[in-house]
Amino acid sequence: MREQLAKIRAEALAAFESVQDAARLDELRVKYLGKKGELTALLKQMGRLTPEERPVMGQLANDVRAALEGALEASSKKLEASALERRLQNEALDVTIPGRAVSIGRQHPMNIALDELKDIFIGMGFQVLDGPEVELAELNFDRLNAGEGHPSRDWSDTFYFDRDSRVMLRSQTSPIQVRAMDALPLPIRMVAPGRVYRKDEVDATHSPMFHQVEGMVIDKGVTMADLKGTLNTVAEQLFGEGTKTRFRPHHFPFTEPSCEMDVQCHKCGGVGCSTCKGEGWIELLGAGMIHPRVLEMSGIDPEVYSGWAFGFGLERLALRRFKIDDMRLIFENDVRFLEQF
Amino acid sequence: MKLSRKWLNEFVTVDANDKDFAEAMTLSGSKVEGTEDLGAEISNVAAGRITAMERHPDSDHMWVCQLDVGRDEPVQIVTGAWNIHVGDMVPVALHKSTLPGGKRIEKGKLRGVLSNGMLCSLSELGLDERDFPYAVIEAAALLNDYKPIDPEKPSIPQGVTPGYQISGSVKAAFVTKVESLGDGRFAVSCDSGGTCHTITTALANIHAHDTVALDTARERICTLADLRAEQREFPHCIPDGIFVLQEDCKPGDDIRPVTGLDDHVVEFEITPNRPDCLSVIGLAREASATFDQPLTLHTPTVRGGGPGNLAELLDVETPDPDLCPRYTARMVRNVRIGPSPKWMRERLRAMGVRPINNIVDITNYVMLEYGQPMHAFDYRYVKGGKIVVRRAQEGEELTTLDGNVRKLTPNMLVIADETRAVGLAGIMGGENSEIVEDTADVVFESANFDGTCIRKAALALGMRTEASAKFEKGLDPLNTLPAVDRACELVELLGAGEVVDGVIDVLNHVPQPRTITMDPERINALLGTDIEAADMYRYLERVEIHTENRDFPNGPAPVAIPSWRSDVLAMADLAEEVARLHGYNNIPATLMRGETTRGGYTPAQQAERRLGAVCRACGYSEIITYSFISPSCYDKIRWAPDEPLRQSLRILNPLGEDTSIMRTTTLPSMLEVLARNVNYRNRAARLYEVGKIYLPGGPGGLANEPRMLTLGAYGEDMDFFAIKGAVEALLKELRVKDVTFEAYGEDPSYHPGRCAAVRAGEDWLGVVGQIHPLTAAAYGVEEDLYCAELSFDTLLAHQGPGVEYAPLPRFPAAARDIAVVCREEITVGALEACIRRAGGKLLRETALFDIYRGQGVAAGSKSVAFSLTLRADDRSITAGEADEEVKTILAALEAELGAVLR
Repeated sequence: MREQLAKIRAEALAAFESVQDAARLDELRVKYLGKKGELTALLKQMGRLTPEERPVMGQLANDVRAALEGALEASSKKLEASALERRLQNEALDVTIPGRAVSIGRQHPMNIALDELKDIFIGMGFQVLDGPEVELAELNFDRLNAGEGHPSRDWSDTFYFDRDSRVMLRSQTSPIQVRAMDALPLPIRMVAPGRVYRKDEVDATHSPMFHQVEGMVIDKGVTMADLKGTLNTVAEQLFGEGTKTRFRPHHFPFTEPSCEMDVQCHKCGGVGCSTCKGEGWIELLGAGMIHPRVLEMSGIDPEVYSGWAFGFGLERLALRRFKIDDMRLIFENDVRFLEQF
Repeated sequence: MKLSRKWLNEFVTVDANDKDFAEAMTLSGSKVEGTEDLGAEISNVAAGRITAMERHPDSDHMWVCQLDVGRDEPVQIVTGAWNIHVGDMVPVALHKSTLPGGKRIEKGKLRGVLSNGMLCSLSELGLDERDFPYAVIEAAALLNDYKPIDPEKPSIPQGVTPGYQISGSVKAAFVTKVESLGDGRFAVSCDSGGTCHTITTALANIHAHDTVALDTARERICTLADLRAEQREFPHCIPDGIFVLQEDCKPGDDIRPVTGLDDHVVEFEITPNRPDCLSVIGLAREASATFDQPLTLHTPTVRGGGPGNLAELLDVETPDPDLCPRYTARMVRNVRIGPSPKWMRERLRAMGVRPINNIVDITNYVMLEYGQPMHAFDYRYVKGGKIVVRRAQEGEELTTLDGNVRKLTPNMLVIADETRAVGLAGIMGGENSEIVEDTADVVFESANFDGTCIRKAALALGMRTEASAKFEKGLDPLNTLPAVDRACELVELLGAGEVVDGVIDVLNHVPQPRTITMDPERINALLGTDIEAADMYRYLERVEIHTENRDFPNGPAPVAIPSWRSDVLAMADLAEEVARLHGYNNIPATLMRGETTRGGYTPAQQAERRLGAVCRACGYSEIITYSFISPSCYDKIRWAPDEPLRQSLRILNPLGEDTSIMRTTTLPSMLEVLARNVNYRNRAARLYEVGKIYLPGGPGGLANEPRMLTLGAYGEDMDFFAIKGAVEALLKELRVKDVTFEAYGEDPSYHPGRCAAVRAGEDWLGVVGQIHPLTAAAYGVEEDLYCAELSFDTLLAHQGPGVEYAPLPRFPAAARDIAVVCREEITVGALEACIRRAGGKLLRETALFDIYRGQGVAAGSKSVAFSLTLRADDRSITAGEADEEVKTILAALEAELGAVLR
C-alpha cells in the first residue's frame, strides 16, 4: 500500500504539473481526488490493514492528499494566470487609433479677448454695464462735448433713423458713460463693452459694426497719474509683466487732457519691425481725464469730482491677441476659423 | 500734413535726425506717421558737363559722350538719348551708383564701347516734368531716323537730298551746325538745297549731319505732328531723353541738392482741434516748443506801387457777415505768368503739392506756410470790380476749376461778382475766373469763412479740398492779413507782377483776446504731479501763452491765449499744455485710492456666461453677426407680408440695402452663417449666438433691445432631437420649471411637422425645429438645417432658485417597464403627462425607451415603452406596492388615451 500511495502521488503530481487546460485538470482532479478517484479507492482498502499500520498509513494517505490538493491548486492558478495573459494579449489595441471625438464648442475669439478684459477690470472693482445700441445723438454726441458741427455727426459717418439726426446707431460705447453718470451713485468704476456702428465699408481692417470697450472712473481726487497706473496694470495683465507702455497727447472731445496709450511692440521689443510699422510701438487705446463740461452736463461738480475714461477697439485687440490678419474673419463665422479657438 | 524739414529750418533750428525728431514731436502731441528722405535712394550721381559727343561706331542711334564730372579725367558714357548736346549739364549716374526703385548702375560695354555709368532722365531720378517744367523735351522728325511702315511704300524715299520737297513748303534740309543757346533753345544751321537757314528752335534732338524736314515758308523745323507721322515711323525721335539741367551747379556736384532731393519730409497726423498745425509755421511753433528752441518768424514787407487805386478797382460786400467773419484781398497788376523758381517748386513738391505757375504756386505756398487758404482769380472776370460774398441761389450753377458743373443751394457760400458766382467760397475757385497764360491782373483773396458752412457745402458737393479741410476746423481770423501780404511779397520777390498799394479788409467779427486763469495747484491735483508753478508758466511760455507781465509767478495768474489756439478755453486745456510739454511719460503712474467699489457681473451677465458655457459643452460654437440685415431677409424666412415683426427700424443712410434695417429676428443672421458654412463645404456646424434684436417702440423713440439665444446646426448626427437636447440642457442649466414642448406648425420658417413651441408655464420661451426646406432653399441650402430661437429675457425671468441639495435615496427603487399600444396621433408627451398624473408619490422617474411600429402592432398604432422608477423615501417598497402603482397608471392610460398594455 505504501508503494501504491507513492505511485499515485508521483503519477498525479506529474500529471498536474504537465496539464495544459482547465478541463483536463478537472478530469485529473476527479481521477485522483474524486469520490471515485484512485486515492479514495485506495483508502477504502485501509480496513485490511493492521491496527498498527492504520494510523501510519492514514497519516501517509493524508499527506499524499494534501500534496495533491496543493499541486492541483497551484496548477489551477497557473492555468488561470496564463489564460488571463492570453486574453489580455488578444485584447491588445492599436492605441494610435484616434479617440472617439468629443465635440466641444468654442467661444468666439472676440469674446475670449473681451472676457479677459472684463476679468481684469472686475478684479479692480469695476462693474460691467450695457446700454442701448439704438441711441440718442444727444447722448452719443452732445453730452460728450461733440457739438452740432462735429464732423463725426455727418451722415457720411454715422447711421441715422430720422431726418432730424436725433436717433442713431451709437458710434461709440461712450454714451453708456453718460447714462452711468446720470444714473449711478458716485464713485463710479465701470466698463462697458458693446457693438458700435460707423459708416465704413468692409475691408481687412474695417467693418460697419465693431466692438468697443469703454471704461470710466469718477471719484474725488482722481488723477491722470491714476489713469496711467491703472492702464499700465491692464497692459501688463494683457501682454505680460514688464510690458512697456507710453502715453502720447491726443484729442478727444470728451476728455482733456487726452492721450493715446501705446504698448511696446512685443515682436521687436521697440526696435521697429513690420508688426509695428517700424515705430517700435503699437497703439492700444485712447484715454483722458473726463472733460469738466461733460461732468457738468451730468450734474457732477468738476470742482469736487474728477474722473478718467478710456476706450478701445476690441477687434484690434482680438486680432492682435490671436494674430488674425483680416477683420472679415471675425464676422464671417467659418467653423474652420471658429474651431481654432 | 507733410512738412519739409528744410522749410521748417527757416523758422526754427532743429538738428535732430528724422527718428529723434519724429519721436519728440509725437510725444509732445504732433503724431508723426512717417518720415522720408527724398534722396535716400540716390547715391553717387553727380552733375556732369558734356565735353564731346561722337556717334557710336557700331550703332545707328547711340552716342558716345565724354563728361566732365569734376575729376582730372573725363568720363566716357554711352547713351541712346538724342536730346543732349556738347556743353549740356546733365545728371550722371557714375559707376556703382544707385537710383530710385533700387536701381544699381555699374560700368559696362554697350556694343563694344565702354560706358562708365548712365546719363539720367527726370523719371530715373524719381522726378517729373511738373517738378522741372523746363525739362519738357520736344523732338524734331529727323529724316535719317525714318522707318516706313510699309517698306514697299515709303512716304519719304531713302537718302533724300537737301531740297527734296516733302509736301508744299516742307523740304528736306541738311543740318550743318547746332548751337545750344543755354535756355533750352538751339540755333540750327541747315541747308535746304542751296539755301542756308538758321532756325531757333526748342526741338532738342537735332545734331550736325541730321536731315530735318524744314517748313521753308514758316522757317520752322517740323515735328512728327507737323508731318502727321506716327511714332513708329521715327522710332528715336521721342519726346523723352536726358534731363538737361538749367541749374546753378558745377561738374561734380552731388545731384541731390541740385534737384532739391536733399530734403527730408515728415508726415504728421494732426488732430482736428489743432488746425493751426496744418501749416509750416504752426508746426514750427510746435517744434520750437518741443525742442525749446527760438522761433524766428518773418514779417512780410510789400513795396507796392502798382498802377491804380485799390479802392477804385475793387469793392467787397459781405451780405452774410456771420458766414464770412473776415475778407481780406489785395491786387497785383501786369502779372507775368510763368513757372515759379526752383526753390519754391521744390518746397511745394516736398509738401505734396504740384507746381503749376508762379501765381497759383504762390497761393499754395502761402497756404502751406501760414495755413491760410488763399485764392487768386483773374480780375478781368470780376464784373463791375465788385466781389460779393453771398449765399448761392437755389439751383445756381458754377463750373469749378476741376471742370465739374456744381449745382448749388443757399446753404453754400459763393464768391460772386455783380452778376454771377466766380468761386465756391473756401472750397474751390470757378473755371470762369481761373488764372491763365494771359492773365494780367490778379485778385488775391485771403478770407475767413464759417467752418460749419464750408464743411457742409464740401460734404454736400462731395469735394473736400485742402482749403475746405482747413476752413472746416476753424481758422485764426488774424491770419488773413499777414498771409495776403506774404503772397504779395512773394509776387515781388519772383518778379511776377506789380502789387497795388493798400488792402481791402472787411472785418465782420473782431476776435477778442482770450484770457483764462492759470492755477498751478489745481493742475497738479488733476495730473497727479508735483510740478513747480514757475516751471508750468515756463512750459506755457513755450507755446506763447503768457501772463500779462510775461513772468513765472508762484501761484494762480491770468494768462493770455494766442489767437491761433482756439482750442485752449479752460483750465483743463492748460493742464494738457503743461502735461504734454512736461512729458506725459514723466507723469507718475499711481494706483487708485479712494472708496473701494464692488465690481462683478450682474445676475443677467452671469446667466449669459453660463448659457454660453452650456452651448459650448453641447458642441455649439459662438458666432457674432451684424445687427442690421436686408429687408428681403423677412421674405427669405417666409414671414407673412403682414407679420407685425416686419416693422423694423430703418437706417436712412445705410451702407447698402443688405445692411439697411435693424433685425427683429436673429434667424436670418444664423441661416446666413449656416449657408456660408455649407457653401464652404464644411461638413457640419453647430453654432450659437447671444445677440440682440431691435424692436421699434422703445423708450424715448429708441428701440427695445431684447437678447436672443439662437442655435443653428446641420450635418451628420444632427436631427430634431439633437438640437432639442441642447435646448433641454440649457433649460436645465437655468433650472427653468414647467417647461413644455408642443407641436407648433405656425412658424412659417420651420418645418410644420418638426417644430416645437417651448414654454415655461404660460410664457413663450421660443421655438426649436427643423428649418422649412423652402427657407433653406432661399439661402441656397439643400441640407436639413436646425435652429432654435429662445428669448434670453424670458429664460432669465424663469430661472429657478439656487441649488439646494436633495438627499440621495436611502432605499432601493423598483423598476417597471411598460409598453402600451396607442393610436399614432397620441404624443409621447401626452402619454408621459398621463403617467405622471396617474402615478402616486412613489413614481419618481418616467423615461421613454422605445417606440415600435410594425409586426404585432396594428397599422395606425404604435407601441410606446417607458421605464418607470418607483421608490419610497422611508422604506423599501414591496413588489406588490409597485405592481399596484403600475396597474393604476395603466388604467389611466387606457381610460384617458386608449393606450393598452401590449
